[in-house]
Amino acid sequence: MPALEIIVNGAPRTVAPGATVADLLADLGIARGRVAVERNGAVLPRAEHGRCALVAGDRLEVVAFAGGG
Amino acid sequence: MSNDVWSVGGHTFGSRLLVGTGKYASIDQTRAAIAASGAEIVTVALRRVKLDRTKPSVLDAIPSGCTLLPNTAGCTTVDDAVRTARLSRELGMSELVKLEVIGDERTLYPDNAATVRAAEILVGDGFTVLPYCTADVVTVKRLCEVGCAAVMPLAAPIGSGLGILNPHIIKLILEMVDVPVIVDAGVGTASDAAVAMELGCDAVLMNTGIAAAKEPVLMAEAMREAVSAGRKAFRAGRMPRRAYATASSPETGLIGDGPAKLPNSPVS
Repeated sequence: MPALEIIVNGAPRTVAPGATVADLLADLGIARGRVAVERNGAVLPRAEHGRCALVAGDRLEVVAFAGGG
Repeated sequence: MSNDVWSVGGHTFGSRLLVGTGKYASIDQTRAAIAASGAEIVTVALRRVKLDRTKPSVLDAIPSGCTLLPNTAGCTTVDDAVRTARLSRELGMSELVKLEVIGDERTLYPDNAATVRAAEILVGDGFTVLPYCTADVVTVKRLCEVGCAAVMPLAAPIGSGLGILNPHIIKLILEMVDVPVIVDAGVGTASDAAVAMELGCDAVLMNTGIAAAKEPVLMAEAMREAVSAGRKAFRAGRMPRRAYATASSPETGLIGDGPAKLPNSPVS
């Protein structure tokens, strides 16, 4: 199967077929405890990161708290 | 915690100073300033994770007992603000949100109509919504009608440090609403914070007023004392303003001959 094209934080990215959101975060070296993920406009609860298989064309936002007022 | 507490959305706080975490020189300075401020509510923003490098988290600067207040700063549409709030809830595990929907880039004035729409959606979604808004009596009425837990009128543009530009409107808002009124934005120095509290505001939220001071940690301490002093002055009830002097010392029994009458006493 060919690699999947997805968009992460506005930039294109390729992931292996069958990869989950948890796999993607691990590949990116992101500790899951301090990020939240939105998939195609809806929050993906942390408990589902390991179950949610990515699909070609998925648009993900991976966010964290930053300094702000 | 003193007896003079206040509550928002079922949370009770002793400190009436809310502080932001932006614009500091370092995480260490952020941590020291928050500690010096005595704040129990600390705001944070939500941003995309940088995928190419790891940065220290702002969370490392926030004392463990503090309540996080995520904001929707930078959002300019109802949809972006609602999405940001939902992601913040997933991240912070709290229903509190400081709602901002910006309507003008240069002044960072809020889009009040969009803020009311976003507030309505978020309240329906179970959020405790603290909206940043212009100091406008009709807007705060609408925000209360849709169920906001507090209102946060700006005193002056965000980051301007111009102080309480229109204390009269802040007083009108205080008379109009039953929810806490938190002055948000525009406080530049300690006396500004004291003025907000003397007007009767429940709390003051600031970021740049502390972070942009030459000595942020010292300013954080000054703000803590000013908010406390202003609150005490409000509770004490100030004396009425008078056009002429009234002597503080007894006007009778002065030494010397003649009746004890001061030379320039007004003729009655």
